[in-house]
Amino acid sequence: MKVGVVTFPGSNSDVDSLNALTVAGVEAVTLWHESPDLQGVSAVILPGGFAYGDYIRAGVIARFSPVMASVKDFAAAGGYVLGICNGFQVLAESGLVPGALLRNRSLRFAGRLVNIKPERLDSPFTRSATGAPLRVPVAHGEGCYYADEATLDELEKAGQVLFRYVHDDGTVASDPDDAANPNGSLRGIAGVCNSAGNVAGLMPHPERMSESVMGNDGGMQLIRSLIESASDWEKAGRPAPKTTKVGSGR
Amino acid sequence: MSDFRYAVNVLPKPGILDPQGRAVELSLPHLHVTNVSMVRVGRRVELTVTAEAEPQARLVVDGLAKELLSNPLIEVYAIELLEGISATTSKVPAL
Repeated sequence: MKVGVVTFPGSNSDVDSLNALTVAGVEAVTLWHESPDLQGVSAVILPGGFAYGDYIRAGVIARFSPVMASVKDFAAAGGYVLGICNGFQVLAESGLVPGALLRNRSLRFAGRLVNIKPERLDSPFTRSATGAPLRVPVAHGEGCYYADEATLDELEKAGQVLFRYVHDDGTVASDPDDAANPNGSLRGIAGVCNSAGNVAGLMPHPERMSESVMGNDGGMQLIRSLIESASDWEKAGRPAPKTTKVGSGR
Repeated sequence: MSDFRYAVNVLPKPGILDPQGRAVELSLPHLHVTNVSMVRVGRRVELTVTAEAEPQARLVVDGLAKELLSNPLIEVYAIELLEGISATTSKVPAL
């Protein structure tokens, strides 16, 4: 099975993502931003970095790249797409996942280890997770998750909140000013998925904690979840998603 | 065909956290300024559109403002037609 990692001009975690996929035992291929060819991959990762220099707003210029037109079609057809950090920003700007990522409340670039906890273990992106908090790095200036209150309520009700920032003891850092919430995200949200459940984004970097030599390999739980979901999707003959509503419809 | 020069002013939506605006406000006491409040920091983009007439040109700018220059979830924008002369010059200066 092949999983693709998009390289935009300014991506810097594409190689980390390719490495994590290789360690997980799948064929990892680079998808070039100027090419609409997804090379028959079974899943796509949009990696971290600063696509197109983060000009105007992080992720917005990437939204109009040739590869993203194909990624949109792939997602609409039920393919699994995971956006990590800048990849999450690209998904949000593309309207493939709900909400927006604002400038960190602190105005500072957040580059440190945080704890996140999967909200549910029955999602395609968390199915291989243990449910225990994961210690993973963040490295971003615009990671403050925002959606209006009504949307946040809807997301929680629909189970679309996949990850939240937590303290060492696993309690949620829901207060935007909590030190365990690195960017001031509303309700401590670190990652969400679309309503169909096949497109997800998160600010922290699981691929950078995917081998014990990196400090721990907890992030591999999420990489494996993606691979297993994509593998099942392939085995089932690439079925369409249950709902046709793929994003927030920006 | 004529050239129309516009400015698109983008600001955080009312009620949306604006850390830059807050940082500016917090700096005001250092300048001994006490009568300034509600600072919002946004972005201004100037561009020239070549079109038959102004309404067609404005349509292009409006589309760009919606799709690229602002994110309607978090920002609002206003379009300004510049009378031939922008804040700097009507022509993009050669670098």
